Amino acid sequence: MFDNPALLKAIFGRLTLESLPLHEPIVVATFVVVALGGIALVGALTYFRLWGYLWREWFTSVDHKRIGVMYMVLGIVMLLRGFSDAIMMRLQQAMAFGGSEGYLNSQHYDQIFTAHGVIMIFFVAMPLVTGLMNFVVPLQIGARDVSFPFLNNFSFWMTAGGAVIVMMSLFVGEFARTGWLAYPPLSGIGYSPDVGVDYYIWALQVAGVGTLLSGVNLVCTIVKMRAPGMTMMRMPIFTWTALCTNVLIVAAFPVLTAVLALLSLDRYVGTNFFTNDFGGNPMMYVNLIWIWGHPEVYILILPAFGIFSEVTSTFCGKRLFGYTSMVYATIVITILSYLVWLHHFFTMGSGASVNSFFGITTMIISIPTGAKIFNWLFTMYRGRIRFELPMMWTVAFMLTFTVGGMTGVLLAVPPADFVLHNSLFLVAHFHNVIIGGVLFGLFAGISYWFPKAFGFRLDPFWGKMSFWFWVVGFWFAFMPLYVLGLMGVTRRLRVFDDPSLHIWFIIAAFGAFLILLGIVSFLIQIFVSVRRREQLRDDTGDPWDGRTLEWATASPPPAYNFAFTPVIHDGDAWADMKQRGYRRPLTGFRDIHMPRNTGAGVILAGLSVVLAVALVWYIWWLAIVSFVALIGYAIAHTFNYDRDFHIASGDVTHVEDERTRLLAANTQAG
Amino acid sequence: MSRLRTLVLLPLLASLGSCSMVVMNPSGDVAAQQRDLLVVSTALMLIVIIPVMALTIFFAWRYRQSNREARYEPDWDHSTHLELVIWAVPLLIIICLGAVTWMGTHLLDPYRPIGRVAAGKSLTPGARPLEVEVVALDWKWLFIYPEYGVAAINELAAPVDRPITFRITSASVMNSFYVPALAGQIYAMPGMETKLHAVINKSGDYEGFSANYSGAGFSGMRFAFHGLNDSDFQAWVAKAKDGGGKLDRSSYLELERPSENEPARRYASVQSDLYKAILNMCVEPGKMCMSEMTQIDAKGGLGLAGIYNTVPLLYDKFTRRGTVFGPAPSYVASICTTEQALAAATNAAQPALPTTFTPILGAGLQRPTPMSIRLPSRSATGAFRSPFNS
Amino acid sequence: MDLAHDVSDDTIFHLEDDHGHAESGSSTMLGFWIYLMSDCLIFAMLFAVYGVLGGNYAAGPAPKDLFDLPLVALNTTMLLLSSITYGFAILEMAKGRVRSMQMWLVITGLFGLAFLGIELYEFAHLIHEGATPQRSGFLSSFFTLVGTHGLHVTFGLVWLVVLMVQVSRHGLIAANQRRLMCLSMFWHFLDVIWIGVFTFVYLMGMLR
Repeated sequence: MFDNPALLKAIFGRLTLESLPLHEPIVVATFVVVALGGIALVGALTYFRLWGYLWREWFTSVDHKRIGVMYMVLGIVMLLRGFSDAIMMRLQQAMAFGGSEGYLNSQHYDQIFTAHGVIMIFFVAMPLVTGLMNFVVPLQIGARDVSFPFLNNFSFWMTAGGAVIVMMSLFVGEFARTGWLAYPPLSGIGYSPDVGVDYYIWALQVAGVGTLLSGVNLVCTIVKMRAPGMTMMRMPIFTWTALCTNVLIVAAFPVLTAVLALLSLDRYVGTNFFTNDFGGNPMMYVNLIWIWGHPEVYILILPAFGIFSEVTSTFCGKRLFGYTSMVYATIVITILSYLVWLHHFFTMGSGASVNSFFGITTMIISIPTGAKIFNWLFTMYRGRIRFELPMMWTVAFMLTFTVGGMTGVLLAVPPADFVLHNSLFLVAHFHNVIIGGVLFGLFAGISYWFPKAFGFRLDPFWGKMSFWFWVVGFWFAFMPLYVLGLMGVTRRLRVFDDPSLHIWFIIAAFGAFLILLGIVSFLIQIFVSVRRREQLRDDTGDPWDGRTLEWATASPPPAYNFAFTPVIHDGDAWADMKQRGYRRPLTGFRDIHMPRNTGAGVILAGLSVVLAVALVWYIWWLAIVSFVALIGYAIAHTFNYDRDFHIASGDVTHVEDERTRLLAANTQAG
Repeated sequence: MSRLRTLVLLPLLASLGSCSMVVMNPSGDVAAQQRDLLVVSTALMLIVIIPVMALTIFFAWRYRQSNREARYEPDWDHSTHLELVIWAVPLLIIICLGAVTWMGTHLLDPYRPIGRVAAGKSLTPGARPLEVEVVALDWKWLFIYPEYGVAAINELAAPVDRPITFRITSASVMNSFYVPALAGQIYAMPGMETKLHAVINKSGDYEGFSANYSGAGFSGMRFAFHGLNDSDFQAWVAKAKDGGGKLDRSSYLELERPSENEPARRYASVQSDLYKAILNMCVEPGKMCMSEMTQIDAKGGLGLAGIYNTVPLLYDKFTRRGTVFGPAPSYVASICTTEQALAAATNAAQPALPTTFTPILGAGLQRPTPMSIRLPSRSATGAFRSPFNS
Repeated sequence: MDLAHDVSDDTIFHLEDDHGHAESGSSTMLGFWIYLMSDCLIFAMLFAVYGVLGGNYAAGPAPKDLFDLPLVALNTTMLLLSSITYGFAILEMAKGRVRSMQMWLVITGLFGLAFLGIELYEFAHLIHEGATPQRSGFLSSFFTLVGTHGLHVTFGLVWLVVLMVQVSRHGLIAANQRRLMCLSMFWHFLDVIWIGVFTFVYLMGMLR
């Protein structure tokens, strides 16, 4: 039966034994390590009988806090993969001099830089940002959960499903060799006939559904579920930036979905959207993907701005300077982010007037961004700054991001872009804003809200180690790239001739090594913190003397967040409550109406992954089966009307009494 | 401590000084002006960046928790004057920068013929620019000199101080034509033509490459650019002519096939309409040229009769390849001979407007004159326009 | 509203009762509306793509060679009528009359089916003539734009059937009413999109 090629093709599509990259020793070694790690993990989970717990309490959970934590875990796991790609690239570029080919062939190297970009944006930055928003926003607005808790669980699993598809491409088949935006005609079937681009398309489509739905969900939550008294202009800044980010998600991700759908039509059906022949137009793809791509940058950076605002005002012990202008700056950035996409390809040959228009709109964005920086600066002014870890990240951000912003404006000048476009200067620029802005922000956010999520702080020593390795490593890794860009070195090169470039690549590789130490320190920090959790415990629920509503409840917050819906009178709601002598209610608790956990999200996302993989490998029977199952299961799920329950007032009283006891013990001890 | 830091920094600074930052120190006037713009914009921005960074450090130090002497005003969160300043200062800088950008972008538009040879050195009146036709192939560059009838692979030469006009296209995927010492880059795209005007002011050997990732052989897509004085350039051309080798349609189709790290070589003669055929993607005999197609489309297509006017495609970069649900790959067949089509393309000096919008816009409105439209043209006749690029 | 009072002053810091804070119908309607707007953006992209590629016939047929306006007019009528009948169904729903509402839903579904049937006939005819989506950029963008709308209608029909079953099982409970309102928005949204398709693709195509 197995020597019948037609039958094999019907069953396995284009998946053959040769699809497994057994000839790539690096991949095989990675696979062995990942497989051993995976087996160890599965074994441990089985040994400690954790599967049932994980399934009941986490995987099927519709609690926004648990989903937020799962997003963070996904992002951190994928960071390890994305960073492995990064350090492999740095190593290759530091080695491939003087006739040496380095240690990666082009087949492998081209996949690595593509995967690095895709993973870092879609499966590291996006999950981390979404995770923080998911965790924090409902708490900050005094809500019990998001508007659509089940949808939230489904969104997470779709994002995770996309990550699974990308990871699968490492071991079965290959990933795209096109660069992270997969410009046609290179990504068309004629020039990329293999499964790589299909993996790319379907991973992003599956994850994109999740991102879009979570965007709808959070916009709805912020608009509809704010606690009484919390007018728009009393919302915490992080919630404001989350609102703007999710509006951007809703308005940008459909564009990505559409353009990738068109690319897949070109690849599967042979239509002519982006082909050279038959009236297709590859330039259209570049335009469309950047109409999504530029807002995407702001989707990532706006929540980071929100985090810095919260952190600055908390650790300066001061109201945020210029709240109103901060809000308007955020809104202006949101709108302008749609008017700048062409600056990613000034060199495609548009006329001078078009180029200048997009160049100048890009520069205009720097005005509200500059205003934000000044606002943080003047929040520090006449404050009393506590240099805890989140604040250290904030100061590092302010010093790093300004440089990135400056080079960004530089690249927005079209004639300057003509000499710097696609160069390592550009690579340095966007790493400068994404690491110096988004990533520093996320680390600030993680160390800021970690005690809220788990009830104990992160270990400060390893946190500081991680901080210094990251910051110093960043400067070592990317300043040389600025220099190399000015030396006329372009990106995505695999081998080099000019020996004078060598030293800079070695410095950059050293920087990447420091960042590796930073990541390792971060993991150690988490491990050590869990070990030392009793010393680091915080029972007050308010370890930083916070100013916003999330610090009003326990750490970790109970499933229902707030026993009573809070009423808001001022911008910094919790600071205001503390100032006015708020006292926690101790009696009179009622039943609380809550959504019920469901496994539907896991199952639907799982079926989507199967469908995507079947489409990648042309396994049509499986695609049909999984598609029918997907639709059938979704319909069946709508027949379940029993989706919520009540937490009995007795249970609420029990939880709240426990907190009362802890708080009292804390006061006595303190 | 500070001495230690100096010790660490010294070798860095030394290597910074020794390295040749070609972007900051180019040899062509266009690149030099682009560099100037880079410097001016950086200086303008430093007006605000340096104070911000200094203030960040100063405030972080001054208002640290342990410094009880610093004033602490927990409720101070608004100052209209200050807010006015923090919005106005960046605004003023961006207004200046915007003005510089607007002028610089128009003056340094790659489509604009250059206005001077170098600072303080005007163009020789009546001198014709050197025309070079550039084709990005997988993974090498083809340069055609129509004036001299020679061509070169991965080698480009130009006389010093003579304006150069590049016409740039690609045979398969997007690339970017970039010689950092000479001028900024511009994309090379299949079926479309971009242009670049530049001049080299110093003789010497420079490096050029593709600045847009184009597949497996991308790293090796480099070429030498020689800035030569007049007599050396004539000698270069003469050597090419002596070297032998003819580049015609059939040898081009061989050349077009993917290959990596091609050594530089020259062709003594080039079929005269080859570039036009490459640009219009009709080097293969019997294939309809883009120019022909756009003209037909502008007149409303060939109707139902044209549906089956396709011929199987035999080769597409690697092999003949179709999509899983689509028909076998094919291309549109020419309805006239290649010579006729090319002649038609040459004669059509102006782009044909695709259609008349009179029924929609109203009879009273004038159509725009085609003169004002100029962009990466989809073909030699330039009938292609995308709404993004007009 | 039952409010708890703080002892020290009159400021209220929490609500004793939390009605209206759990998931409510209005939240779903807003959420679905936002989703529709994102869907609208997908169509906007497809319209833009058609705008760019609509004139690239690749020396093949143009709209005036292919489109059959009377057929498309009939098709448009079907869809518009289905919107009206859905409106009647919603009116019946508001009055709580399940049976007549179901009848109007059946009629809506039949009009929708007629629309889809005519569209499939049109597509089959075009492909039979050789005007396949692969023939030119114009045809690619035409089939994709119109086909995406058709897929939405198909999905709407499936949803309609599912909802009819659910209503017959559970009656017009709040959850079902909310779902019917969502489908109503979806159905009318598709109508609006179709008016765009009819105008920009078919009518203006004949003028090209």
